[in-house]
Amino acid sequence: MPKITYVAADAGERTVDVPVGTSVMRGAVSNGVPGIVAQCGGNAQCATCHVYVDPERYGGLPPMSEHEDAMLDTTACPRRETSRLSCQLKADADFEGLTVTTPERQR
Amino acid sequence: MTQRAKGPVVIVGAGIAGQQVALGLREKGFDGAVALVGEEPGAPYERPPLTKAYLRGDIGPGELEPRPAELYGRERIDLVRARAERIDRAGRAVVLDDGRRLPYDRLVLATGARNRPLRAPGSDLEGVFSLRTRREADALREALEEAGSIVVAGAGFIGLEFAASASAYGHKATIVESRARPLGRAVSAHTAAHFTSLHERHGAGFVFGEEVRALHGDRAGRVREAELTDGTRLPADLVLAAVGAAPDTRLAEGAGLPVDDGVAVDARLGTRDPRVLAVGDCAAVAPASGGGPRVRLESVQNALDQAEYAAERLARPDAGEDLPPYERLPWFWSDQYGSSLQIAGLAAGHDRAVLVGDGDEAFSVLLYRNGALAAVESVNRPAEHMAARHLLAAGRGPSPEQAAAPGFSLRAFARAAA
Repeated sequence: MPKITYVAADAGERTVDVPVGTSVMRGAVSNGVPGIVAQCGGNAQCATCHVYVDPERYGGLPPMSEHEDAMLDTTACPRRETSRLSCQLKADADFEGLTVTTPERQR
Repeated sequence: MTQRAKGPVVIVGAGIAGQQVALGLREKGFDGAVALVGEEPGAPYERPPLTKAYLRGDIGPGELEPRPAELYGRERIDLVRARAERIDRAGRAVVLDDGRRLPYDRLVLATGARNRPLRAPGSDLEGVFSLRTRREADALREALEEAGSIVVAGAGFIGLEFAASASAYGHKATIVESRARPLGRAVSAHTAAHFTSLHERHGAGFVFGEEVRALHGDRAGRVREAELTDGTRLPADLVLAAVGAAPDTRLAEGAGLPVDDGVAVDARLGTRDPRVLAVGDCAAVAPASGGGPRVRLESVQNALDQAEYAAERLARPDAGEDLPPYERLPWFWSDQYGSSLQIAGLAAGHDRAVLVGDGDEAFSVLLYRNGALAAVESVNRPAEHMAARHLLAAGRGPSPEQAAAPGFSLRAFARAAA
């Protein structure tokens, strides 16, 4: 199971095992990792699971849909080069050791 | 000295609203006893995927559960799996069907809604389904593997999403709707037409202006035909009754609390009994700004926002008497065949619609009531939906004339208004 590290805006961090096929969002929420709201439950409808991906890993992630791209323009904290919606990132073996930072707020 | 409620807080209903009240109380620092009462077995789960990804088999049961069951233990939330029989308001306790009494200092009703039954002879035949719970979705998943011909009674969101998911199994459902178009008063004519043609292109059929009058079965008691009000008989070995839902007000009524198409609450989500609140699908909320009818919504956003408000209230000193009234912009979404509908605001009662966008596949419709922007429907236009949410929440929507001007862009308008 890939290990994913979630770094909170206040610098606290948690590393959890996220099963292959499970989203980075679900990995956080189901382990009680704070900083991700995911109000719509993983449908890319609410932009409250925004994360900043480790820049070195960003390019290796699965590409984003136009829908995700558009939703990222509307996040509560500013979009950056490495922004993704964590509900759209389904973990596979390549996610091992991935670090994502959660923004200060999601809504 | 004022004190926050010390508990215990009892929450009846373990759907998404009830879950969020319980967890929200902890997030907001409430440390009294919390009990979450739900009558369904298993861990608390969320319903939106039941008509979509879960029904198609894209996700498993674990992914229906937004939070692991252990989290409730860690947060000292007592998950009580039982049916609440009645509220003993004088004794401040909820009486369960197994005879137990759960004493409360504050009670939150999050009892949700129940599907309306199909009032047609034969609706008890095998092969006739309803869809609200995980158990019903499991039964439907199995039935979809075997089904030959499918009839859906009702072209609301549940009926349409079910028909779309059934197509993933290779089925072409027939959807029977008493009105002239799908989605009733929830959407504009333009958006309704988009979803009608979307379904038709995927092979589903509509019969508008009719209802399922009776269901006929074989000797084994299995449904075989659906008879419509015009006498037509459609072959059917799987029928979904999706004819709307009604708020579950049984406990409130039994306890003598006012009910008005939902548990009647004030703008702070309180019932007439200061110790009892109601949230989510079951709550009919008085408007924050004075007059007007109560509003009751069945949506995830409404459940979560009201739950968060109730948790905030209960975690505050004096049970949040000083909290401003509940006021959040409603929004909704639906997904059918990969086409995404997002609605900000409330479309019902609109008197003018302005279409923005050129395609039939991606557009927004701005809906006005008495000249003011009331709602925006966006089909495959997520950024416009988010722009609309900001504009509606701030009460700074474009006039119908501005929206109808050539080259109008909702996103540009929102940026300029920010």
